[in-house]
Parts: sequence; C-alpha cells; structure tokens
Amino acid sequence: MVALIPLFPFVGFLVNATCGRRLPKVVSGGLASLAMVAAFAVSALSVWQLAALPVDARAIEQTVYTWIASGDLVLGLTFRVDPLSAVMILVITGIGSLIHIYSTAYMHDEPDSEFARYFSYLNLFAAFMLVLVLGASFVVMFVGWEGVGLCSYLLIGFWFKKKSASDAGKKAFVVNRIGDYAFILGMLLLFTRFGTLDFQGVASAVAGLPPEATFGALSLATLLLFIGATGKSAQIPLYTWLPDAMEGPTPVSALIHAATMVTAGVYMIGRNAVLFSHTPETMMVVAVVGAATALMAGTIGIVQNDIKRVLAYSTVSQLGLMFLAMGVGAFGAGIFHLYTHAFFKALLFLGSGAVIHALHGEQDIRNMGGLKAGLPITYWTFLIGSLAIAGVPGLAGFFSKDEILFETFADGHTVLWVVGALTSLLTATYMFRLVFLTFHGSASAKATADTHDLAWNAGLPSHAHSHGHGAGSHLHDAPPAMAIALVVLALGSVLAGYVGVPHALGGHNQLATWLEPAFEAEHTASATAEVVAPAAEPAGGLQASGEASEESETGEARLELTLMGVSSAIAFLGIGIAAFIWLKRRPSTSSGQVEIADRMAQRFPGLHRLLLNKYYVDEVYDAAVVQPIRIISEEGLWRGFDVRVIDGAVNGAASIVDGGAWMLRRLQTGSVRTYAGSVIFGVTMILGYYLWR
Amino acid sequence: MFNSAFDAIVPLLCVTLAALASMSAEAFRGKGERMPIGGLGIVGLAGAAVSCVLLWNRNTSSFGVIVADNFGLFVTMTLIIVGLLTIMFSSQVLDLHDLPRGEYYTLVLFAIAGMIMMATANDLLVLFIALEIMSLAVYVLTGIRRDDQRSSEAAFKYFLLGAFSSAFFLYGIAFTYGVTGSTRLDRVGTFLAAQSMADNPLLLVALGLLLVGFAFKISAVPFHMWTPDAYEGAPAIVTGFMSTGVKAAAFAAFARVFLSAFEPFSADWAPVVWVIAAATMILGTVVGVAQSNLKRMLAYSSIAHGGYLLVGLVAANQVGKAAILFYLLAYAVTNLAAFGVIAMLGARDRANDELRDYAGLWQSHPALAALMTVCLLSLGGIPPTVGFIGKWYIFSAAVGSGYYGLAIIGVLTSVISVFFYLRVVVMMYMAERDGAPALPRVGAVGMTALAIAIFAIFYLGILPTAVLDLAAASISTIF
Amino acid sequence: MGLAHYLTLAATLFCIGLFGVVTRRNTIGILLGIELMMNAVNINLVAFARFSGSVPGMVFTVFTICVTVAEAALGLAIVILLFRVRRTVSADHLDLLKG
Repeated sequence: MVALIPLFPFVGFLVNATCGRRLPKVVSGGLASLAMVAAFAVSALSVWQLAALPVDARAIEQTVYTWIASGDLVLGLTFRVDPLSAVMILVITGIGSLIHIYSTAYMHDEPDSEFARYFSYLNLFAAFMLVLVLGASFVVMFVGWEGVGLCSYLLIGFWFKKKSASDAGKKAFVVNRIGDYAFILGMLLLFTRFGTLDFQGVASAVAGLPPEATFGALSLATLLLFIGATGKSAQIPLYTWLPDAMEGPTPVSALIHAATMVTAGVYMIGRNAVLFSHTPETMMVVAVVGAATALMAGTIGIVQNDIKRVLAYSTVSQLGLMFLAMGVGAFGAGIFHLYTHAFFKALLFLGSGAVIHALHGEQDIRNMGGLKAGLPITYWTFLIGSLAIAGVPGLAGFFSKDEILFETFADGHTVLWVVGALTSLLTATYMFRLVFLTFHGSASAKATADTHDLAWNAGLPSHAHSHGHGAGSHLHDAPPAMAIALVVLALGSVLAGYVGVPHALGGHNQLATWLEPAFEAEHTASATAEVVAPAAEPAGGLQASGEASEESETGEARLELTLMGVSSAIAFLGIGIAAFIWLKRRPSTSSGQVEIADRMAQRFPGLHRLLLNKYYVDEVYDAAVVQPIRIISEEGLWRGFDVRVIDGAVNGAASIVDGGAWMLRRLQTGSVRTYAGSVIFGVTMILGYYLWR
Repeated sequence: MFNSAFDAIVPLLCVTLAALASMSAEAFRGKGERMPIGGLGIVGLAGAAVSCVLLWNRNTSSFGVIVADNFGLFVTMTLIIVGLLTIMFSSQVLDLHDLPRGEYYTLVLFAIAGMIMMATANDLLVLFIALEIMSLAVYVLTGIRRDDQRSSEAAFKYFLLGAFSSAFFLYGIAFTYGVTGSTRLDRVGTFLAAQSMADNPLLLVALGLLLVGFAFKISAVPFHMWTPDAYEGAPAIVTGFMSTGVKAAAFAAFARVFLSAFEPFSADWAPVVWVIAAATMILGTVVGVAQSNLKRMLAYSSIAHGGYLLVGLVAANQVGKAAILFYLLAYAVTNLAAFGVIAMLGARDRANDELRDYAGLWQSHPALAALMTVCLLSLGGIPPTVGFIGKWYIFSAAVGSGYYGLAIIGVLTSVISVFFYLRVVVMMYMAERDGAPALPRVGAVGMTALAIAIFAIFYLGILPTAVLDLAAASISTIF
Repeated sequence: MGLAHYLTLAATLFCIGLFGVVTRRNTIGILLGIELMMNAVNINLVAFARFSGSVPGMVFTVFTICVTVAEAALGLAIVILLFRVRRTVSADHLDLLKG
C-alpha cells in the first residue's frame, strides 16, 4: 500500500503529460489535485496503521521488488514508513494537495497546454519527493533526490520566455549539481565502508562503532552528504539559487522552495541521525553552517523589497535554524520546525501569491500598501502566518523554534543560541516589515515610490494585461480555490505546534516521542532494551531517565521556561521594531518626512548597501566564475548560440570545463595529419612508458 | 544443434548468409523494383539470435579459433539487437536520401558479421580479419552519401586513421606471435602465465601496440580524434550503428584479449588503461559541453562512455566485468535510439542535427520529444533508466577494487555530462521554434523501433536483475 | 643474418611509413605510407615464422596481404570519391569537420 503513495501523483503526471494538452483545465487540474488528495488519504491511512503498531516496531516496509541484485549489493525498491517519513509524507501530500488546489485558480490564465504542463511537472515533483522520503536506502532516496531537482529546475524555468526565469533555472541547476556530486561521492564512500546502502543497515553498522572523534572516512562521508544537503536546502555556500528560484510560479515557490524539497537536506540528516551522531566534527560543521546561514539570510531579508525574495531569504534563514538543530543533535526539534515551517511558509507564499495575483504581477513591496481592506482573507491569513513564523506564543512557530533554541542552549552552545535568538528577532522584524508595508499604511504610498528599478512585472506575464497595476483600484481577493488553501494553512499554522508542546508547559511533546525511534538504529535499540529490561521498565529510556533525575528535570524545565520567555520577548520586540520603523511613521503622500528606515539607511550607508546587495555573494561568484567564461565566450566561440536555460549554466558553473573545452576544441583542427599525430603521440607515450619506466 | 565443429559459427553464418542474400537480391533487382531487402536482414539476425539462445551454456568452439562461450554470445546478442534496431530505423532514412538499399543492408550485415566474429574470436589472426571486415564495411557506410561533402570527408578521415591504427594493431599481433609462438589466445595465455616474461621488451611493445589498436576502435583518448569528425559526417543512422556496434565489438575483443590472454600482465596494462580511462572521460565530457551540433555532441558523449567502460576494465573484479557487458548493452540501446531520433528527423536537404533544430520539438512531435528525453536522461545516468544502473555498477566496481580516483573522476564527469544532455531537453521543451522549416513526420517502423528501445531502457533500468545475472554468468565462463 | 636484423629492417620500414603518413599532404602519399607500414609488419611476421619454424606466421602473412589489398582498394575508391565532390586530394583542405 505504501507504494501507492508516490504512484498516485505519478499516474497523474503520466496522464497530464501524455494527453493533458487535449484536456480542459478543469479535468487536468482536477486530476492532478485528485491524485494528490488520494496520496494524502493513503498516507493518512498508513500513518494510522503505523501508530497502531507498538513503539519499537513502528515501521511499515514494502519492497516492491528487488531492484538490483547482483555482486555484493542487493537492493530492493523498498519504501518504508517510519515515524520520521510519516511526518514527511503527511506534510508533502497534505500541503501538496492544498497547493495543487490553489494552483488551479492561480494558473488559470495559462493556455491549456501550459496548464497541463505545469500540473504534470507538479505531480511528477510530488511523486519524486515521496520517493525521496519513503526510500529505505540511499539509492532509492537518490532517485527522488535527482528527480525533485529536475522538476524544481523545470518549474523555476516554467516561464522560460522570461530571461530572468531561465537564468534562475540555470543557477539552481548548477548549484544543485555541485551538491549532487558530493552526495554521490558520500554515498559511494559509505558503500565501500559498510557494503550496504540501506539506511537501517548503515545505522546498525555505525551504531556499534565509537564516535569518530577525529576526522576520518566516516567524517568525510557525512561531510560530503552534508554538502549535498547544502545544495538542496540552500545553505552556505550553496544557497544563492533559492532566492532566484522565486522566478517560478508562486505556488511552486510555496511547495518546492519552501515547504518540501528544500527541506530534503534536513530530512536526510534526520534519516541518518545515527550516522551523523557518530561524527561530532561534521555535526559541529552542520550546526555552525546552519546558524551562520540563518543569521546571514535574516539580515539580507530585512532589506529586500521584492515580496517573494523576502520570503525566500526567510526560508533560507529558517532552514538554517533547522540545520542548527540537527547539528546540535536535536533531530526531533529540527524535524518539528520543518513540519511547522511547512505550514506557515506555504501559507505566506500562497498569501504573497494572492497579493501578486490581485495586483497583476506587482512584487515590489514599496509599491504596495493599504491592501488590508481590499484583501481581507489574504490579510488575516498572512498575518497569522507572520505571527507564527515570528514565534508569537501559542502559534506553531513558537513551539518549534523555541525547542531548537532550548536544545541549542541546553547542549552548551551559548554562542549558537545567541545567533539563533538574533535570527528570531530578525525574523519577527522582517516579517512584520512585510506585513506593514504590504497591508498597512496608505495605498497611495506607491505614488511617491519612484523606485521602479525592480522588475515589477517579473511575476506573471499572463497577468500583465491591460489592468495596470494600481493598488486598491479594483482589487479582488483570493478566488475560492485559493482562499480554501489559505484558510486551511492558516489553521495549520495555529494548531500544528500543539503536537509538540514541551514538557515545561505541561505538554507531552508527542512529536518528539513519536519521532524518537526513527533516530536510533533498529537493532541497537532492541539490544539496549534487552539489557535495560531487568533494571528499569521496558517502556524505554524516556520515562526511566525522567524518574531517575527529577530534580534536574525541574531545573531544566525552569531553564526552558526562562528561554521561552526570552524568545517570546524577542518575538514581540521584533514586531515592535518593525512597527516602530515601518508602521508608525510611514511617509504620507508628500510630507517630505524622512522615514526612520531611510534615516537608518543614511546613517549606516555601508551596512545598508552591504545588506541590500546580499553581501555581494552573487557578485563574487560572478567575478570568479561567470566573468571568466563570458570573456572566453566572447572570443567568438559561443556567438550566435543561445540555448535558453542550461547554456548559461554551463558557462557559469565550470569555467574550467569551458576553458578546457575551448582549448581542446582547438586541438581538433580537422586536419587528418593532426589526428595521426595524436595517435603517434599516444603510441609514443605508451611505448615510452613500457620501455623506459 | 548439430554437434559439429561448425556449431560456434552458426550465428555468424546466419548473418553472413543474410548479407550475401541481400547482395544477390540487389544484383537481381529490376530497375525501380522495391524489394524487402531489410526483411532479409531481419530474418538473418533473427536466425542468429535463435542460434545464440540454443548455443547458450554449451561453450562450443569451432576449429579452436571461434568460441561461442556465454561471453561471446552475450555480446553477439547485443550486436544482433543493434543490427535489428539499425535496420528498422534505416528504411525511412534510405527512402529519404535515395540511398542504395541493397548495398546499404549488405554492408550493415557484413559489418555485424565482422563484429560478431570479433566478439567470438579466439585467435589474434581471426580477430584482425574480423576487425577489418567490420571496419571496411563501416568505412563505406560512413561515406554512403556519395554526393555529400561531409559524408565523404568523414569516410576519408575514418578510413585513413582506421587503416593507420590497424597497422599498429597488426604490428602488435606480430610481436605477440613472435614472442609466444602462437596467435591463439588460449595458448598465448598459457604461455604468458607459465613463463615469467615480465621484462621482455618485445612483449611489452606487443602489449602497448595491441592496446593502441583497441583504444583506437573504442575511441579512447588520445586515439579518439577521428570520432567527432566521422560521427558528425556520417549519416545519423550510420553514426548510431557504429557508435554502438563497433564499440561493443571492440570492447568485447579488448576484454577478451586483456582479461584472459594478457591477464598475467594486468599490472603492466592497468596503469596505462587507468590514465587512458581518466583522460577519455574528462575529454569526452569537457569538449562535449561546448558542442552545438547534436551528432558531434553525442560523439563526444560516446567517447566519454568509452571511458566509463574502460573503468570497468581497469577495475576487473567480478562486478566490473559483468558491469562492462551490462553497460555495453545499456549504452547500445540508448545511444542507438538517440541517433535513431536524429536520423528520422533529418530532411532531404537539411540534416536537422543542430541543437537549434530541436527547439520546440515538444510542440510538433510530442512523442518523439519524450522518447528523446528518456534516451538523454539514460545517457546522463539519471535513475530510473538503464544508464543509472550501468554507471552505478561501473563506479561501485571501481570503488570496490580500490580505484577511488577513477570513481571520483567518473562521477564528476557524469555529473557534468548531464549539462549537455539536458541542454537538448531544454531546447525541446523550453524554446520556441524560430521559423525553421518544419521537421518531417516519423514513420511507423521507426516509431516501433524507438518504442522497443525505450521499453528496453526502462525495463533494464527498473528490472535489471535478470540481465545482470546473465551478464555475470557470461563473465564467469571465460575469465 | 639473425632475427634481429629482420626486425630492425621491419621497424625501419614501419617508421618510414609512419613518417610518410605524418608529412605527406597528398592523400595518395598518406595511403602509400600506410601500405608501407603494413608491409613492414608482414616482414616481421615472415621473419618470426621463419626463425621459429612455425607455419601459422606464413599463413597469417597471406591473409594480411589480402586484407591490405582490400584496404588499399577501398582507400583509393574513397580518395576518388572525395576528389569528385571536393576537387582536391590534399589532406589539409579537408577540414569541413572540426572542433
């Protein structure tokens, strides 16, 4: 039955890809959505079955067939639902269904064939994503890993006629290939080390080993896997593609570049929790990279003016927090945040999509304002999402973010905790900056904003019909299909956190308990249970340790409550700062009053410019990688040769490749005598090696 | 079968007879009369396939120089598949360009006969003759469009360099014969295993020269330079045929000679092949990136694929050897299908093999675009196609034998290679057709052949176990 | 006259042929160079057969001569074809295909 989960969207893909062009939109879109809903139903059913199983046997495995069985590798196409993948499939199919439904309205202006193409990609993506999380071995995961990358790239470049979209597609592709390369190598290394690629097999093989205190083969393998994760999950140094990926349709940004695909790296580390726990050095790298990314992306997010880019940097930042959690060993907290983040970030993206939809493609928040009245549903749901991500107590983001910060602090990483707390502050600030600038203030504010440098029509070419982009003139709020998705996700953003209410607040943190078995090696778990059984209760370590040290428990609870108070204060402080700067003294039509934000920008011009320019990372990449290629290419080699999407990717990614190609192509002179010379060269080298070595 | 000394050459005979029959048919063909000459070839190849199945596991040998062991039969089957697909793709192309049917099919069948002979030869003399039978036929096929400047230039270059490298190969055989006193591979093997010849310079020269001969035929760097030119100039379907058939046959012979007869010398040849493999993978990939002609791009891609196969040869463990056979089959089916698409999209006055010609193919030929996408993804090694399984086996064999460097280079180049495969996909799906003349329709026979190839790509990618077991079993018979 | 003499002669002839292939601009000249290389190998084979007293080497030589002839015939045919469509027999002018 588990195999049905990815199968439904795949069938949807097949239908839409083969005959979608001849189907009316209602059928192709409806079919795609139906496939996702069906997958969700099956997922829910499997998780329900899973929950019925006893705790230490919570895994449903289905080997569809033996995929590869030869030599020393026996590998089944095995899907496995365990507590961890259960969370993931629910998120993917649940949020995926909503986004499919939302898309039927959002993409409605596309012609039939494009509409079907869009939904076939989206379904294919869902199928691969489900394979990724359900796969019981690295190889099956890799199938999904490659597949989602391909779909993501096709969807970013969906509006390929727009140059920025195809450029963004290129960038995503190149960066992800770098990550994939590391991932494959890590996989091969693990295979040579353990002779298996099954997650359980690797975990139980590793579980017996002592933690690798110094750098070794295992550290290298995990580090390579982590590089793969940074590519997929947009972490330093491979994060630059994600903000550009916002060129894709907004529902795609919500599904792929916020809720699901970009979390694959986090999931992968969670999946290999045992392995990563044995390499403390890599864990440290993961934590530091995560924290650094979180902070950096947060600071960039605060000065961006494109509504989707703000959200994109926010995604990068939140993913950083998840990696921070993974790095300090708080796997449960990381997955918890992944899960809550999926709700509110999808909500925020869909909300921003509704705004863009209403404004016919306008994406620059400086040209927005006062949308509160015109778009009530969008406003209220967006506000809930913002409150949730800011970490206001009671909403989903609060519980998960707080757990990450608490675990970081409790693990002794004070510096990382400070970074995390700062990130939270920034998160609250930039999110409410977004809310205030977009929905509050006066609609006419846009009249003064003469800064049209950002391409406002970058969103939906098909919406650029004669309406113009005047805010407030005749706004129409989200159509029903979009509204449903928004409301459901808003509910989720409020309620999703309650599966993980910490003990300190009198909750039971069911999610952590639920996930616990997924982060242990199967065999060792049962082995320790046997050893412990005579001494303590067989129920498991959680209860036992709880009883053993009740005193430290209360101390911990007090600490957690304190930290919770701190982070709540931070959330409100952030919102306050945003309100102070961007809400109170928004410049009215022609008052000439200087805005606080502008004043600050004037006072710290260097810092503002640095942030506005995203730390110049793109420029550095451009200078180091892209420009050399461009210079080479202007020699005439590439002239008159314009392949829209990958062409530039080739240029950008590998100057060595191109430089080499350029040189080697010149050797291929076309003269048969040169070729004979090459043969003679080869003969001389080989014979020379044999006779004079 | 007959239990006679002729058993092992029955597949060979079937193909040869078919070739002779098509030649005679052409001779007796009335002017303007259409004869199903391609059908003759299909019958001959089918007969060969049946005899292969019957000979399986019998390990027969004819006159000691042709052996029908499972290894040879596996490659023979691969070659038969190549032949069948080629013939099916060809009919449309022949009509389009008014190529001489009888001659074309005769040459294809003779080439296949030569290839089969190469794959089953157990004697260096027979191997050389087989190589020449194959090569002469393929030279002519390359230049079969006699009025086309590129086609004849390609034939000339291919022929000249081919003959040149044959001389080296022959020189190598002569030295081998001189040192060991025999040209029979089994005797050479026993001789080399029995005596310590490690530092005999003549033998090392022989080894090096044989290596050159094979490296040329599989277009390994630095003996690859004919490949892009010959592949670009030849008619697309011939390119497909020679990039798969010739490579498979040459690799089979290469593996047989180096993994059986010259096995005792593996410490001498493995480092050289290591370097060649690395250079081949890198060059094929790197230069492939900069190509704008699809045929030329696939030529470089096929150079790179030769490099991956060499990795399997260097690794030379059980997995590696089986991986070579599997990869040969995988590559043959995939590459031939890709060239089949190119061939069938060619128009009378326009080859349509530039990358730009594929812009918006999805709009005009949705099915063809989808099939081409599958082929390209398989060449790039994206799961769940057969290309992924093949590469996976090759690289895990390399890692298993401790050749980490080769595995790293292999993975890196295959990651890079996806760029240029996907470039075509992007062209087909994400670009607008800019006023170029419409592409021709594709006939039913060709589509059938494509469908078969695509089915094989997915079948071998999703259910590879049966064929992998066959490959492993084939390997165990000789090495 | 020992084996070494014959081998040296063959090697010398082979190298002369090689030299011809690389230096000749005329395609016919290149073909002749290849022929020379093939025949050098034939000398080698015959010498080996003569000095080891085994027959196969001789037989081999007969075969290679046949193959060489076939190759030469095909080579000339291709050169003639090339001359018909390109009006040149200079190897250096044949560079439509490159890169």
